[in-house]
Amino acid sequence: MELLRDNNWVLTIGTFLPMVGVLIMLFIPKADEVAHKAVALATAVATLAVGVWTLVLFDYGQAEKLQFVADAEWISIIKSSYLIGLDGISLPMYFLSMVVTVLVMIYSWDHIPNPGNPKAFLILMLILQTGMAGTFIAQDLVLFFVFFEVVLLPMYFMIGVWGGEQRQYASLKFFLYTMFGSALMLVAFLALFFKTGAESFAIPYLVENGASIARNTQIWIFAGMFIGFAVKVPMFPFHTWLPDAHTQAPTQGSVILAAILLKLGTYGFIRIAIPVLPEAAKEWAPWIGLLAVIGIIYGALGCLAQTDMKRLIAFSSVAHMGFVMLGISTLTPFGFNAALFGMVAHGLITGMLFFVAGSVKERYHTLEIKRLSGMLKQVPRLGWIMGFCAMASLGLPGLAGFWGEFPAILSAYSPAEGLPEETFRTFMVIAAIGTVFAAGYLLWLYQRTAFGEPSAEFSGHDHGHGDGHDDIHDVTKFEWIAWTPLLISIVVFGVYPQLMFDVLDPAVKATLAVFGG
Amino acid sequence: MVAESDWVNPTIDYHALAPEIVLAAGIVVVLLVDLFTSEANKWLVAPLASFSLLGAFIPVVTLALSDNTMRELFDGRYVVDEFSLVIKGLFILAGYVVVLISTDYLREGDYYQGEYWFLVLTSILGMVMMASSRDLVSIFVALEFLSIPAYMLAAWRKRDVKSNEAGVKYYLLGVFASAIMLYGMSLLYGIADSTLLTEIGETLSDEMTSIRALAVLFVIIGFAFKVSAVPFHTWAPDTYEGAPTPVTAFLSVASKAAGFVALVTVLYVAFPYASDVWQPVIWILSALTMTVGNVLALRQTNIVRMLAYSSISQGGFILMPLAVAGEGTVGQSALRAVVVYLMLYAATNLGVFAIVIAVARKTRSGEISSYGGLFSYAPGLAALMTIFMASLAGIPPLGGWFGKFAAFQAVLSAETNWGYAIAVIGAVNSVVAFGYYGNVLREIWMRPAPDGDTAPVVIQPAIAVALGITALATLVLGTLPGIVSHFGDLASLSSAFGG
Repeated sequence: MELLRDNNWVLTIGTFLPMVGVLIMLFIPKADEVAHKAVALATAVATLAVGVWTLVLFDYGQAEKLQFVADAEWISIIKSSYLIGLDGISLPMYFLSMVVTVLVMIYSWDHIPNPGNPKAFLILMLILQTGMAGTFIAQDLVLFFVFFEVVLLPMYFMIGVWGGEQRQYASLKFFLYTMFGSALMLVAFLALFFKTGAESFAIPYLVENGASIARNTQIWIFAGMFIGFAVKVPMFPFHTWLPDAHTQAPTQGSVILAAILLKLGTYGFIRIAIPVLPEAAKEWAPWIGLLAVIGIIYGALGCLAQTDMKRLIAFSSVAHMGFVMLGISTLTPFGFNAALFGMVAHGLITGMLFFVAGSVKERYHTLEIKRLSGMLKQVPRLGWIMGFCAMASLGLPGLAGFWGEFPAILSAYSPAEGLPEETFRTFMVIAAIGTVFAAGYLLWLYQRTAFGEPSAEFSGHDHGHGDGHDDIHDVTKFEWIAWTPLLISIVVFGVYPQLMFDVLDPAVKATLAVFGG
Repeated sequence: MVAESDWVNPTIDYHALAPEIVLAAGIVVVLLVDLFTSEANKWLVAPLASFSLLGAFIPVVTLALSDNTMRELFDGRYVVDEFSLVIKGLFILAGYVVVLISTDYLREGDYYQGEYWFLVLTSILGMVMMASSRDLVSIFVALEFLSIPAYMLAAWRKRDVKSNEAGVKYYLLGVFASAIMLYGMSLLYGIADSTLLTEIGETLSDEMTSIRALAVLFVIIGFAFKVSAVPFHTWAPDTYEGAPTPVTAFLSVASKAAGFVALVTVLYVAFPYASDVWQPVIWILSALTMTVGNVLALRQTNIVRMLAYSSISQGGFILMPLAVAGEGTVGQSALRAVVVYLMLYAATNLGVFAIVIAVARKTRSGEISSYGGLFSYAPGLAALMTIFMASLAGIPPLGGWFGKFAAFQAVLSAETNWGYAIAVIGAVNSVVAFGYYGNVLREIWMRPAPDGDTAPVVIQPAIAVALGITALATLVLGTLPGIVSHFGDLASLSSAFGG
């Protein structure tokens, strides 16, 4: 594969710039909270600026090739190097991670969750940003593994320290699940390394040589990676950490988790597992498809049973990631495109939904669906935004969600050559039913919380509760600044999806070239 | 045989022996100064001890930089090569950190000071000798040299029953292990008619009889005690808990590393052709050690006991690559994994103990629950402890991950089913380990301070320096492991495997 090496400083700076902010913040006393917020925000904005510059420099005519490639010596003794690069598949996720971090930083300006301490909170967020961006640019398995793991600890603390009632349980569960997955993934990576002649951990090299591994061995190695990535996605039946983590995490944590961290798993399938082990991928594809559609239906049914708004959104993530995995399991360019689009769309929409949920919680001090109602009357703008996101999430044409979901279903109609057509068509039908459920639970949620009259409990402080509900106010300035970019992107990508498909498609076709197709 | 030939004065390469000579001189000076100073000036001895360690480090560096990288003394019974230099450097630096974390602990605890430094230096001298020994006699002498002071150090809190128990247990099981090993060594001498490791290796290459296998087994079991491999680990938790904390740090890092160095030397130089005998043994020891250590660590409520079991479990990971070290060309990468692991483990674990000492000075407790709320009143210590715990758990980009990575890599490079099996056991164990490391982090970050006591922790300068060294090593070696990994590229020792 040809590698483009121009401007290769841009990725390194974009990835490690947050660490500069961390270093500065370490020397600012804890009490100076405004300074911390300012430095963190400035760092995130500067990082995003580098991201924008990356978008400008990116050669869209050659989106299928790795660009900005840098290859420096790192751990030469184990033949691992600092090999980074970006193609059309990584670019959207890489950039999205930077956008989301900036928005979350803005949101954090007046929303530092209990027990406070913005210094630690924001430092963790910046470390998280480095880990996320690094995962999307790493083109060496060891480097990928390191970045993949870097996000673990900050998230663990974010949930465990700034989370809800059950935070300690949720954070540990999150950690152990992911760590278990990545331990097996690491063993799989090493087995891959030795089976390809112990020459290199570089992904481009492995893509060229992985296909020569014996079929049975491929299947075993794929199994190890599958567990690592499937836990992260999360796929049914490895999903049980997700509802707890999401529900307990602070708003910022939930947004980053939904928007970026889950995508590390699907990205791993697309970037590593499938192109490196094509034979095994074909063998595994029907099973992945099966688990994906189980996830879709299970997630939807789970949603219908929830009484907590955040938990419901978390379960909807399981369903949505099911669509993404279904697209991936078809092993077709069409399915991959849908999956990648779905990843970004889900990031935008579900991230936004978690923002809304966080703001609802902040105002009403509860997320219990039963107790909320009449948001449209009481906080009309927040109510409308929530309606908009619900529509986007259920896949309304014209909004971004549609282009992730619909093509994914469609792609199952004709999976790649050699995959059982009937099976995948059955999956298609089941997935289509899943969309009906999605409309069901989202509309039901919206109807119960936004329609009707505000409940007496929250309709004012003149009811003698004494605790007062003065803080039930509509969308604030910082929320507007943080949310508008997401809302606009949801519309823009909904109306003109070509914008992203143009970047994705060449890279997807190049990735799937291993299937001779 | 020596007895038959005329005595020839051996030519001595004083440069090669310089680290040992400097240390020996330091020991003498420490002893004399301690004898002739008044009680009020005993503090003088501690800086002397650290100077002699730093002084001994200089020749290690000059030897490493010299062109002659293979110096054989006394007919190859004492060898100064890259491997031994790296290990000597490790022992000396680890010893230096131990001195740093002991200084204030000793002064405030009202212990005998002069003798303490004397014994620590003596034990380090034993370790440094161990790194070069290539002969059964010199290995045994070095082993006793490093162990006997350690027995006394473990019982240093004279009026504390637990400390006495620690010393006695350590002593009894230690001599028991030595006896088993000596028996094995006597069999080896009988078989090979030589105490030189290389000659034993050659003899063992022809045929493996049951008596030979027994000799190999006994020697390995002797070392298994030293490295506290399960089921020979029972002394470790009690000794670690009862001994003064700096001594525990010393035992769990330096003394353990010395055991591994001896084991590796014997396996690689004397037993390369007996790998069919020792590979299964090490495999079982490794699997048992990491699993049992982990499971028991999960149940501990005292931080030092937890660290004791954690160190047992880490020992299992260090043994792991040796379980397949005899396969093809694995020897080289297995040796590298062991050396790299020992270095990263030493840096991290010494850091952990430095924090344990600093925190215990305030809380006066060894319970894990006493770490509650540390993050709220001592964020710096909390952040460092997080770094160290994450490193022990093997989470990138903190030092420890590369040790685990190197171990996995070595094991999988064997491409045997035994290798795959132990890799999976290791992978599962590395996850389980987070259960107890994460537990400490949970106390630090997520629990309130016990009794609402949030008075800040005072960190003494010596501890601060120790923390600085260990944290820097943990972070830098984790992000740029290339620095240490070429230390592990030690051709001379693993050449026996045809590598």
